[in-house]
Amino acid sequence: MNDPSIQSSTGPSFEVSKTRQLVRVLLQAPLSAKIGLFIIFVYIFVALFAPLIAPFGESELVGRKYQVWDDEFLLGTDNLGRDMLTRIIYGARNTVGIAVITTVFAFVTGGVCGIIAAVVGGWLDQLLSRVVDVLMAIPSLIFSMLLLSIFGTSVISLILIIGTLDATRVFRISRAVSLNVVVMDFIEAAKLRGEKLAWISVREILPNIAAPLAAEFGLRFCFVFLTISALSFLGLGIQPPTADWGSMVRDTADLITFEDYTPLIPAAAIMILTIGVNFVVDWFLHKTSGLKDEY
Amino acid sequence: MNTESKEVLLEVRNLQIEGFSEDRWHQIVKGVDFTLHRGEVLGLIGESGAGKSTIGVAAMGYAKPGCRINGGSIKFDGIDLVTASDEQKRILRGSRIAYVAQSAAASFNPAHKLIDQFSESLLEHGLGSREQAYADAKALYARIRMPDPDRIGFRYPHQVSGGQLQRAMTAMALSCRPDLIIFDEPTTALDVTTQIEVLATIRDIVEQFNTAAIYITHDLAVVAQMADRIKVLRHGESVEESATRTMLSHPREEYTKSLWAVRSFRKTVAAPQLEPIALVKISDITATYARGGQAVLSEVDFEIHRGETVAVVGESGSGKSTTARVITGLLRPEKGEIVFDGEVLPADYRNRSLHQLQQVQMIYQRPDTAINPRHKIRDILGRPLSLYLGLRGSAREQRLIELMEMIEMNPKQFLDRLPDELSGGQKQRICIARALAANPSFIICDEVTSALDQLVAEGILRLLDQLQQELNLAYMFITHDLATVKAIADRVVVMLQGRIVDQGPTNEIFSPPYHEYTELLLSSVPEMDPDWMDRILAERASKMGMAAADN
Repeated sequence: MNDPSIQSSTGPSFEVSKTRQLVRVLLQAPLSAKIGLFIIFVYIFVALFAPLIAPFGESELVGRKYQVWDDEFLLGTDNLGRDMLTRIIYGARNTVGIAVITTVFAFVTGGVCGIIAAVVGGWLDQLLSRVVDVLMAIPSLIFSMLLLSIFGTSVISLILIIGTLDATRVFRISRAVSLNVVVMDFIEAAKLRGEKLAWISVREILPNIAAPLAAEFGLRFCFVFLTISALSFLGLGIQPPTADWGSMVRDTADLITFEDYTPLIPAAAIMILTIGVNFVVDWFLHKTSGLKDEY
Repeated sequence: MNTESKEVLLEVRNLQIEGFSEDRWHQIVKGVDFTLHRGEVLGLIGESGAGKSTIGVAAMGYAKPGCRINGGSIKFDGIDLVTASDEQKRILRGSRIAYVAQSAAASFNPAHKLIDQFSESLLEHGLGSREQAYADAKALYARIRMPDPDRIGFRYPHQVSGGQLQRAMTAMALSCRPDLIIFDEPTTALDVTTQIEVLATIRDIVEQFNTAAIYITHDLAVVAQMADRIKVLRHGESVEESATRTMLSHPREEYTKSLWAVRSFRKTVAAPQLEPIALVKISDITATYARGGQAVLSEVDFEIHRGETVAVVGESGSGKSTTARVITGLLRPEKGEIVFDGEVLPADYRNRSLHQLQQVQMIYQRPDTAINPRHKIRDILGRPLSLYLGLRGSAREQRLIELMEMIEMNPKQFLDRLPDELSGGQKQRICIARALAANPSFIICDEVTSALDQLVAEGILRLLDQLQQELNLAYMFITHDLATVKAIADRVVVMLQGRIVDQGPTNEIFSPPYHEYTELLLSSVPEMDPDWMDRILAERASKMGMAAADN
């Protein structure tokens, strides 16, 4: 009745619309984050509208082998006479698309297992954690090469194998952050209310660990993307004739000895996206970690 | 202590401090003045957010991260700390101004021995050798009557009790014989029986070494024992300041009077007519945390009737909260059972039916962690409604509004907010509403007011009492605060080391003849009388003397 806190309103009103808030946050972002966001936006745009932007077909033979850069073929042609620029544009779609699907797969499996391990605990936690330890004990690039040579190099097996191996890292982080939430009283309250495991995981824990997981998603995407490119470069990743940046570097690698910088273009495409994503992740982590600079 | 003749040590004039939050600078301290003489103790009191701690650390010329001093002057022995260089302030801190924090456990480095931490500032400031520091530490430990003063310093922080740690911290602050010590709520985290020892130590040291002190607390009775003068703060402004006795007997401002009157709340109606059969029967419970380990509860046995409040009191570690864990089914007892409304509850909450879970609700000590920060109030309160009662759509909405009105909060204003946008008292009200949403007949209140300011806590107690009358609820009220117990309980259960040592109706427990331990607890609760501590300490000393003579 005479609790003074009841009358006093807390904080500013929340009439500001969500979009305006979003715009404000974006405008206040540091320059690096803006550059990162711009890069990501350009890549998404290129990936979505590849057939409209690209001058030729994805695997169309349009000229001689290893043609130099000229007006017709802006970036020359590759080892079979396909237009490099077209291949780069389609590569955004293939390489990035597969990397995104793989990362999502890794997050769903790893995240679900991690949260469940944290909530249930006991032998289930032990079992999952030890399995993950075993998987992580083997160097992942070598392990994935081994598995790919056993199961074949289809896109599906690529996604499943890299996704599973990366899920181990996601498992670790989601289990660790969930453990911090599980000890909270509101989880105890939910258990005593009679909530089932699914509700506790999805409704009580997930919203509280979303921020670190989202940041991890960005980083993990970079690693998955680099792994796929590395495997493609080694001939075990995305198979021809699908355009892919990793294999494009390999196919044109010889040109570097003739002072032709064509192989650096797909390599740069990989590098720039990785840097862009990292810029955004850094900003996001800084924002959500609650660390404030001293003023 | 007359303050007139002594020289001025610290002079704070028109102090302004601002803090950064929500992308803006907010004024936290709005022009506070005070003067502190050598050997004088100034008590700063106020509710949380009044700026007490901010002013306390500002007296060292320091501002917490995200804060800055943006006006006024802080003159310490002629040096203005606002304009002083970092190096000048570094030399002062530790050697001439020391700080004792609220939680000694969090402030000691767990990796070093107490005595090494004691010596650190002495060595750092080049005021003595390690041997001198060790000898001084032992002398001080003896002075404050620490057990085994020659060797206790060689223990690590986790090897001594909380009260001893807080006293060791007071001794540490004294290592360089500073002119000023700032005590920031040094006893808030301690039990009453331990608190009185720490208070006695602090006062003894301040008098012995003629040290000036700023004593920050929200507990009026404590400040009455410690301070020569009291300054009341609110919203970063000074409300009033005067000598302790004047302040206690003749407060001028309305706000101060309201603070003084807080402890006046008493349950309005006499104990209700009890049904013959208890609603909850805690029957001969023995529990351990590890199978075969030491018992944390031994043969705990009591009853709670419909419409009645039973307070369970005791120091930390006495098994109060463990009893609640057994009742809710989070801890399986070794022996004994919980009978609810005539039926034995399964020992594990996972084996209980939704109906059984619905009947027993819980309100937690810290409302910040008891509600999910990512859920809107609507979802927090709505979930039990749909889970237990199957309410949907407009029926659910209607009930939400009723619940919000029950806890005296405006539904339109609050239902769509997140917990972070609420104050501590409001969050605790939401926790109460969540418990009520299940339509329970029994609610366990675990230290529900101890994290709240007194005025807010008072409001919560009134609300709980009012709801009890309307809904005929039974409460099990776990607390270490005896003032709360007197205010709200019909019956009291006193626990010590996992056993019930005393139980009965409140007025019987709290009137003579007392049980020995109950008397110790009761006599340790500070009273709003500046002479209280002297009296109690003298009484205890004479009793000890008599006991010694008897032998």
